[in-house]
Amino acid sequence: MAGYALYVLRRIGQFVLVVFVGVNIAFFVTHATPIDPVTAAIAAATRFSQSDPQAVQMTRDALRELYGLQGGLWQQYVAFWSRVAVADFGPSLSAFPTPVSTLIWRAMPWTFGLLSVATLIAWLLGNLLGGLAGYYRRNLSLKAFGVIASGLQPIPNYVMAFVVLVLFGYVWPILPITGSSQINLPEGWTFAYFKSVFEHAVLPVLSLVLVGTGAWFIGMRALVSNIVTEDYVTFAELGGVNRRRILISYVMRNALLPQVTGLALSLGLIFNGAVITEVVFGYPGLGNLLIRAVYAGDYSLVIGIASMSIIAVAFAALVIDLILPLLDPRVEAS
Amino acid sequence: MFSIVKDLLRYNREFALGAILILLVVAMSAASYVSPYSAGMQYVVPFDTPPSWQYPFGTNSRGQDVFWQLTFAIRNSLLFGLTVAVLSRVVALVVGLTSGYLGGMVDRILMSINDSFIVFPPFPILVLVYFIFKDHMSWALLAVAMASLGWPYDARLIRSVALSLRTREFTTQSLFSGMSTRQILVEEHLPYVLPIVFATTMNNVNWSIGLEVTLSVIGFTNIDTPTIGTTIYWANQHTALVAGVWWWIAFPVGLVIMTFIGLYLLSISMNEYIDPRSRLSRMGGSA
Amino acid sequence: MTSPDHDSAPTDGPRAALERAPALSVEGLRAYYMTHYFGVQREVRAVDDISLVVRRNEIYGLAGESSSGKTTFLKTIAAAIRPPLTVIGGSVRYSFLDRDIYALSPAELSAIRWKHLSYITQGSMNVLNPVRRVRQSFVDFAFRHMKLSRRAFFPAVERHLQQLHLAADVLDAYPHELSGGMKQRVTIALATICRPEFIIADEPTTALDVIVQKDVLAMIRNAQQQIGSSILFVTHDMTVHANIADRLGIMYAGRLVEEAPTADIFRQPMHPYTAHLVASLPKIGEPARQTALTGSPPNLADPPAGCRFHPRCPLAMDVCRTASPALTPLASGRRVACYAASPLVQPSDSADSAPDATLRVRTAGVRP
Repeated sequence: MAGYALYVLRRIGQFVLVVFVGVNIAFFVTHATPIDPVTAAIAAATRFSQSDPQAVQMTRDALRELYGLQGGLWQQYVAFWSRVAVADFGPSLSAFPTPVSTLIWRAMPWTFGLLSVATLIAWLLGNLLGGLAGYYRRNLSLKAFGVIASGLQPIPNYVMAFVVLVLFGYVWPILPITGSSQINLPEGWTFAYFKSVFEHAVLPVLSLVLVGTGAWFIGMRALVSNIVTEDYVTFAELGGVNRRRILISYVMRNALLPQVTGLALSLGLIFNGAVITEVVFGYPGLGNLLIRAVYAGDYSLVIGIASMSIIAVAFAALVIDLILPLLDPRVEAS
Repeated sequence: MFSIVKDLLRYNREFALGAILILLVVAMSAASYVSPYSAGMQYVVPFDTPPSWQYPFGTNSRGQDVFWQLTFAIRNSLLFGLTVAVLSRVVALVVGLTSGYLGGMVDRILMSINDSFIVFPPFPILVLVYFIFKDHMSWALLAVAMASLGWPYDARLIRSVALSLRTREFTTQSLFSGMSTRQILVEEHLPYVLPIVFATTMNNVNWSIGLEVTLSVIGFTNIDTPTIGTTIYWANQHTALVAGVWWWIAFPVGLVIMTFIGLYLLSISMNEYIDPRSRLSRMGGSA
Repeated sequence: MTSPDHDSAPTDGPRAALERAPALSVEGLRAYYMTHYFGVQREVRAVDDISLVVRRNEIYGLAGESSSGKTTFLKTIAAAIRPPLTVIGGSVRYSFLDRDIYALSPAELSAIRWKHLSYITQGSMNVLNPVRRVRQSFVDFAFRHMKLSRRAFFPAVERHLQQLHLAADVLDAYPHELSGGMKQRVTIALATICRPEFIIADEPTTALDVIVQKDVLAMIRNAQQQIGSSILFVTHDMTVHANIADRLGIMYAGRLVEEAPTADIFRQPMHPYTAHLVASLPKIGEPARQTALTGSPPNLADPPAGCRFHPRCPLAMDVCRTASPALTPLASGRRVACYAASPLVQPSDSADSAPDATLRVRTAGVRP
């Protein structure tokens, strides 16, 4: 167990490193540019009108302070990190004076819920069916499913989201296509609210699952095809061990380990899909917020979301990495 | 190497299919050089006419011939994808090979950095880059940004190949028989590394084109350059689907799906070919 | 070869053992690898017309160099074949079955596995499930056969381990925590726990160092004496055969070329190939140089005509190049397939004929 504790410590160290590097990148990208967001904002505001130069100067100073752009680079760096440490990214420019953290906090659960549910379903479904397809190679329905999965897999997210939208929004309108819940329904722990949330989530989740399952299916099927040639599987078959048991305890159990690692590695990519899906379905998550923030030129919100998503993904990867040794007795603090 | 490609073409259906698809796509992009219109021209043909003999892919609301637009679009998207793939291959190779061959502390440091980069969600970072550079956003900049995010996964793969090659018997044998390090690397090891690099390049091109399209559809790239993504962006701007101009979206999407499937087939058939175990299962057994 | 299907002698003795149905009876077995890859069709004749008998309570050693077809033979008699390996003809009968093993349905096959027919492999390989403790493997393999309650099962396992001088705590280990020798001992315990009538041992001592080898061999002998099962022991190491086999069969290029009690083989090998195998064992104190056999084992996709050994045989005659010698039984309970060894040996009428394509091709496998 001491080995595991050591592993946990090292893994947490890695997490801190990732967050540090990532947020630094965010900071330096914004400060390494020749563009001054303040000037850009002021230019946008004064584009179609005349302004008193003094007022412009005051706005400029206020904005600089708001953006944390006062002082030299080092001062800015320190100020930046002291704020990040308390998850304070300042007020949002487009939704002034709401602090960025509030906006993020409000949008985060929607994205998180959407992503985790969709990812989990796609991962479980894909791995289960892929494992069966890899083991029972002659089964026709599994083969058919394989063809469908391979066919769906290269379809880009936005296409799928759009297709789902058109199909279920116009052709067969049984489910709502925008928003996270009914507009005039008050939020709260009521059954009606949960039902509404569920209904609104079905289509976006469906769109993500359709695209995601294929990749897991194909990977798992290939993995299982390799594992059935391993010595311990052939030996178990020689021993007449119950086939169901071989499938679950010998094949799937060993195949899941790389798939769990794969899940951790793919977390960063899942974000793409979520953004488009949120935009298409008008889902009030982080992706949607990010896009609108960019359109509105809301600097602090953009940096806030970028940093938060780096931290969130790194954290999810950390959790998965910590679970892995519990599943695989061979993985030690190596 | 050439005989391998010939064999694959003849006996491996997936490879053949992938090769055909990619050839079609490349042919399409080559056609851009003989296009009667230049990429930026607008309002040169009647608007919104459906596909016909005269306009095989129809025309769009900006008065452009969709077919010729797409030749530019696919050319640019392909070139972009290739650039990113090449750039990130370079980084992946350098990091992976160094890590695998030198081992020790160098390996651990490089892999820590690698594992940090793997976790970064590329999309928010690219959005941030766009946000900062806005109108000064160029394709070169985007390519560099993407390349710096797309190398870690493949660097790990290359590293594990390098590790196993380093410890294999034929390496020590070559060393003892007096081959120089450079000779060993080029003559003994490269044949193992190259197929993996090739397969990961296909994947990487897919990934980068996918990201480019996603970003362009939202409008976060230079939308005046015709690419698959920007075409869809403009189609959305002109509410093409609602207006019934479906060909403006359908054909670019079809093209990009063709590219994806083609590259994907090439990469998996090459992977399967390399893996000796899968070879056995293809030798007359349906196992 | 006809033999009674049930016991007639009440006592166990060499005579009685001979009179009962043999543990394993193989006749005219042929198994080829049929491959079709990149437009080229090949037929690798890994097992080409083998007939042998393993008696009850006997350890039968099978010797031969790599690529002689020993491993394919094992797979074939265990009905563990999978394409591209195909059984072209012949029969495989065990004492505990009333029919050819290939006539069994998958369910029947599964029922006899481990209970009547078990397997010892190279234990330092990856044969135990890496993500489960050893005790789970015992449950997977043996529980359904031993007909004990859950509570009575593990004490029985521990008793069995004790009899084989294994510590009971090995049950709680993961496979990767055990050394190669330890894993091998666990595999032997696993293979013997259901007291099967027949055990197939495939190179169980290869990849082990000499000291551990000695222990493992002793364990196998011990286990065999306790249960009275028959073992088909395959290895290329002649010293191991000298140590443990009662009778020895020599395989070359997919065929059996000689068979005799072990002592006879070593004292007086009759087939030139056997002579070479025996002579190549270094004897302590003997300074004589070993002469290697010229050439290399034949390509089984295109074997030489006639006796397959003739290209490398110092005694080759004209008849050897054209007609394969039959494996002929001699007076002393031996069989040999060499014209030079005995005048009784005649050309085989079955060995050279191309396999009849209309013969029922059996592809019974481990996984249907």
